Amino acid sequence: MKHIDEYRDPELSRKIVDKIRAISRKRVRLMEVCGTHTMAIFRSGIRALLPETITLLSGPGCPVCVTSQQEIDAFIKVARVKDVIVATFGDLMRVPGTHSSLQKERAKGKEIQIVYSAFDALDLAESNPQKDVVFLGIGFETTAPTIAASIMEAEKRELDNFSVLSAHKLVPPALSALMTADDVRIDGFICPGHVSVIIGTRAYVPVVEKYHIPCVVSGFEPADILQSIYMLVKQTETGDATLENEYRRAVAFEGNKKARQIMYKVFEPTDARWRGIGTIPQSGLKIRREFDSFNAEKRFDLSVPDSKEPKGCACGEILMGMKTPPECPLYNEVCTPSHPVGPCMVSTEGTCAAYYKYDA
Amino acid sequence: MSIDKILLDHGSGGKASHSLIADLLVPEFENPILAQLDDSAIFDIEGKRLAFSTDTYVVDPIFFPGGNIGDLAVNGTVNDLAMCGATPLYLSVGLIIEEGLSMADLKKILKAMREAARKADVLIVTGDTKVVPNGAADKIFINTSGVGLIPEGTNISGHNARPGDKIIISGTIADHGITVLTQREGMTFESPIQSDTAPLNHMVREMIAASDQVHALRDPTRGGVGTSLNEIAAQSKVGIKIYEEALPIREEVSGICELLGFDPLYVANEGKLLAFVGPDVWEKVLETMKASEYGKDACIIGEVVADSPGKVFMKTRIGSTRIVNMLTGEQLPRIC
Repeated sequence: MKHIDEYRDPELSRKIVDKIRAISRKRVRLMEVCGTHTMAIFRSGIRALLPETITLLSGPGCPVCVTSQQEIDAFIKVARVKDVIVATFGDLMRVPGTHSSLQKERAKGKEIQIVYSAFDALDLAESNPQKDVVFLGIGFETTAPTIAASIMEAEKRELDNFSVLSAHKLVPPALSALMTADDVRIDGFICPGHVSVIIGTRAYVPVVEKYHIPCVVSGFEPADILQSIYMLVKQTETGDATLENEYRRAVAFEGNKKARQIMYKVFEPTDARWRGIGTIPQSGLKIRREFDSFNAEKRFDLSVPDSKEPKGCACGEILMGMKTPPECPLYNEVCTPSHPVGPCMVSTEGTCAAYYKYDA
Repeated sequence: MSIDKILLDHGSGGKASHSLIADLLVPEFENPILAQLDDSAIFDIEGKRLAFSTDTYVVDPIFFPGGNIGDLAVNGTVNDLAMCGATPLYLSVGLIIEEGLSMADLKKILKAMREAARKADVLIVTGDTKVVPNGAADKIFINTSGVGLIPEGTNISGHNARPGDKIIISGTIADHGITVLTQREGMTFESPIQSDTAPLNHMVREMIAASDQVHALRDPTRGGVGTSLNEIAAQSKVGIKIYEEALPIREEVSGICELLGFDPLYVANEGKLLAFVGPDVWEKVLETMKASEYGKDACIIGEVVADSPGKVFMKTRIGSTRIVNMLTGEQLPRIC
């Protein structure tokens, strides 16, 4: 991990801040799309160092936050099926559905296990042959290839008690949706690092060209983020709109072709509903028909009624950069990390949780 | 959605645990000794000041690199007593054993307890054993209680930190929590990390002997350094400033934290202490700690300030300042 330290060098960061201050004239709104960036920005206190011309907005890049309430309801429904063990990433535990959460279901005795990878869920299925293990597949292009690989492995191991409930989301369609939404004003995107390792910088070319918006793929260390902000500010000052890659040590133009092949062997794009934003065409992943036997939606009846998101919760507007958490009437009043109303307060990478943890 | 059941968050050591204690337990048993809410209860009996503390251990897995549930249970109560400046003397042990635990495992745990008691120089003088049916407990749970004597003139409490105090940590943080986590859930990290479980009472005795200006001590166990600092800031009604650069974290621990999205400030320690020491004597106390077996890596991580009472701030590596809040729930691994 040593190589990272140079990006944490206070001297380097200070120099970049000076450079930003020297060139920033216009008022700009820059969106960090990814939740990991949001947390890094708060942890290192980047906002406080920037000139007031620059506003940072947190985008829809926290997988838990954009999971729709109905998807959560379906997760809860499957947890209530007899002889089912639900395997999930820990982040999902506290997210409220319409009437319950996985955490509450676990307290009531439902079998819900936190795993760190879909492959742990496979092992769980293998060691519990009398049970049905359902893995809750959420996340972006970062996690989807591994989950696809776990399905292929399940097929190889001939497991008949393992399935995935896919609620994956794709990043580029969300950026397009933001650019076409009313009332959204964004002058540049800090594009996610981990996602881009898989999809490559090439994935943002259409967004840059179609909407004439500056995009910089960024790493996660303070100096990475500051440098990306500098690159975006430079573009906005000169009126440029190009695609740049600050995170060259990890991200290539082509991305990881092999990972994408695995991902698209098992999944295919589908329309998906994003929490607070609504349905975005071709922005999700569903399991292909060839893998039906590993598709939890085919194995169980997981249809859930349409449900309204909680009244007053501004998660949607926050995810789109239209509001900041303190502008939500529920923030820090009825909605806190111990009693979250919306997912942005639940996930460790949620914008509201970040504001609460570092600003409250 | 109101909460009508106990959730794992209530045991995290963070905000939910604190509100459970403050809203439910303290009002039920209300008395001035309990109200202090230090690591041990402190009271006088016939002219002697005593410290009395209890703790229950439910760690999973029960064996981990660097120790097991046995030495953890002894060291934990020894340290809770030591954090009040007491000399720990006698311990009780309650064992809740799940039917089916192997005799060899039990012997190994008892042996670790004996060895830990010997190192800490305490006697285990009474105990109780219960066996419950398979599934009613997870292998073994251990409760230890202990009493200790507070030397005359010693007044160490979470209420006593004051502006100007330097804050010393006795060594690297987050080792225990990350060790246990990586042993759990079948995570396969090849790493040399070990739990830091250790008795701190001898070091505390030497620190007190070195200076009468050790104002507050706390072992940042469950909830980690971040939670302990918030507790002291609230109890002492002072502000706390720490420096990100100064926090001692092993490279491997920091790497795993990055990977899982954990903040090492909130990860448990079992053999570390935070000391709040007067500005004129910190060097002497720090030297004393460094000379002690469990304080070799001791260093200053921050200071107590007069403004913003009850709040903890961190000066970040890149020169900004941010708040360090209390943990609000179990830290859960992130997914990307």
